[in-house]
Amino acid sequence: MSASQWRRAMNSAATAAAPTIATRPATAPRAATPVGHADAMPTSLARLVARIRPRHVIVLLAAVAYPFLASPFFTYQIGAQSLALGLIALSLTFLGGYGGMVSLAQMTVAGVAGYGIAIFGTSSFPAISLGWPWWLAVCISLTAATVFAAVVGWLSVRTEGIYTIMITLAVGVAFFYLAQQNYTVFNGFGGFSKIAAPELFGIDFREPVPFYFVALGCALAGYFLVRHLVRAPFGIALQGIRDNPRRMASLGYHVNAHRIAAYAVSGLLAAVGGVLMVWYNGRISPGTVNLAQMIGILIIAVLGGMKHPIGAFIGAIVYVLLQNFAIDLFIRERFNLVIGGVFLAIVLFSPDGLLGLWAKLRSRLVQGPISPQKRRQP
Amino acid sequence: MTEQRKKIALWLLFGGPVAVFSVWAIADNAPLYFKTLLNGLTLASLYFLVASGFTLVFGLMRNVNLAHGSLYLLGAYVGWVVGENTGSWLLAVAAGFLSAAALGLLLQLFIFRFMEGQDLRQTLVTIGLSIVLADLMLWAFGGEIYTFDAPALIYGSTVLPVVEKFPTYRLFVLLAAIAIGVGLWTFLARTRVGMMIRAGVDDRGMLAASGVNVQLVFAVTFAIGAGLAGLAGVVGGTALSISPGEDTRYLLASLVVVIVGGMGSVVGASIGALLIGLAEQFGLAYAPTYSVVFTFVIMVVALAFRPRGIMGKAG
Repeated sequence: MSASQWRRAMNSAATAAAPTIATRPATAPRAATPVGHADAMPTSLARLVARIRPRHVIVLLAAVAYPFLASPFFTYQIGAQSLALGLIALSLTFLGGYGGMVSLAQMTVAGVAGYGIAIFGTSSFPAISLGWPWWLAVCISLTAATVFAAVVGWLSVRTEGIYTIMITLAVGVAFFYLAQQNYTVFNGFGGFSKIAAPELFGIDFREPVPFYFVALGCALAGYFLVRHLVRAPFGIALQGIRDNPRRMASLGYHVNAHRIAAYAVSGLLAAVGGVLMVWYNGRISPGTVNLAQMIGILIIAVLGGMKHPIGAFIGAIVYVLLQNFAIDLFIRERFNLVIGGVFLAIVLFSPDGLLGLWAKLRSRLVQGPISPQKRRQP
Repeated sequence: MTEQRKKIALWLLFGGPVAVFSVWAIADNAPLYFKTLLNGLTLASLYFLVASGFTLVFGLMRNVNLAHGSLYLLGAYVGWVVGENTGSWLLAVAAGFLSAAALGLLLQLFIFRFMEGQDLRQTLVTIGLSIVLADLMLWAFGGEIYTFDAPALIYGSTVLPVVEKFPTYRLFVLLAAIAIGVGLWTFLARTRVGMMIRAGVDDRGMLAASGVNVQLVFAVTFAIGAGLAGLAGVVGGTALSISPGEDTRYLLASLVVVIVGGMGSVVGASIGALLIGLAEQFGLAYAPTYSVVFTFVIMVVALAFRPRGIMGKAG
């Protein structure tokens, strides 16, 4: 199977990004550790400030002001859910957009973290739940989910390209059936309920506004982590591997190690999203990790566009809005038809998602020197 | 020589525990063991019918058709409607085959033809299609469970030596799968179109360069692959039942079977189907809550030792 076709189908952002980053791998250490910029801090901070645009400030202010303007329903059901789902989709964007590996198991990773919270923390099912303090449960869940993601990665990097999607799909569906069949650990079909976000410093994080800010904090942290990683030596090497694994291997990079590390990083992102999802829903059952949910994450990522991390959140907002309101606009309970149709339309007519649509629209409206400059960074 | 020794070691490593388990299980409860074996073979036949189409399409077109499960379910539903109205089970089977084949043909002609070489996009399209199709079928047929009535000839049960009684229909499924497998192999190995398909699996470009209308070959393959899924829908629906969600089950089965067996190989699909079908039934009989784990372990082991599947070709 030809890597070039895969790459072309996957994304062409690399060509847009290549000129600006081409000089960096030369100075980057070979074994690419993402941290290690401590001495270069002032310059990178200055560069960071210089990069802030009005739209960044507007989006951030809007996100912070949102819960004070919107009703609790919009804050919780729309806002917080979009952020949590967006975080899981972000993990796929990182993996797929920058690593060239489209995994369908991201929701499963999130589900592992969610089940971890239920099993190690408190739930309505004390026979299984161990009732450990919430911070310990969170730590264990995140670790377990990250390790799980790395194992999935280790399995799927043995093959490449389109096989990845099949293997991750098989892993995800197998986990779903395991969770459904097994009553000793996963409590089978019913799953766990009454899993609550903790109370801390007198603030009840079950309330919409505090929970929204927790989700927002996690989402921002995830977003900036991805933004940082894709510019760090590790991310550069990863994009190089996406574009030409053979060349990277001959340059001395350990291709599979980078890929597995990418799986682990994306696993951590998905795990945080999964913990948020479980707190949001207050329950977890096999339905949380079924095929529809797994594909839902893919839909969100593709809908928004995989060329930029913000696409995941845009996709999540559209998805959640559709989920909540499309059934009122169209025929009741035909959400899957609507979302499937929208997804099909996006894949058929705008492979780069809503971001791609926006870029196309923009270049049509504002012709000339601005459009190439806009696509400077992925 | 070392290669051979390695092979023997591998056989011992995996065959040993299986043999030990078999001896123990036969000594413990022979009827249960053989009944599970037969059930596993029946399930393997169904998996083979579904997965052979999947692997054929993948091998030739590099198209991971994740709507394959939907084609299975569609064939089953259409077959059920036809069977209900005509009262003929054979017509139902034919309708299942034809309806799924027709849909497959349409998909190839109107969608996949225009995105050749874009593997990921094709896969995403099939995902979208599977969602839309699943919801349309849920809309049309509701969430009820449908069952077929098999013809009287293969209905009831047959008395076998150790197992005592076993449903005749399941034996029929086993025989039918073997017949279809042999037929498919003959078609691929002996006929002109089959030769073109095999040539296409190996090198699409050369096939096109030698003057063959590749699009036609693609369309035929897709129709056959989809048709097999539809046929399996009716056959499997008669052995078990049809309901929403079956599409996912058979999609997973097809995926695991071709991952284990090797993509693009019909022989590989039969080996994979045997392994998975037997593992699933033995898992259900002897360790009910962990039966999926066995399937998964087989997949992991296959990937660890042969990343491209047991019969998969490198490159």
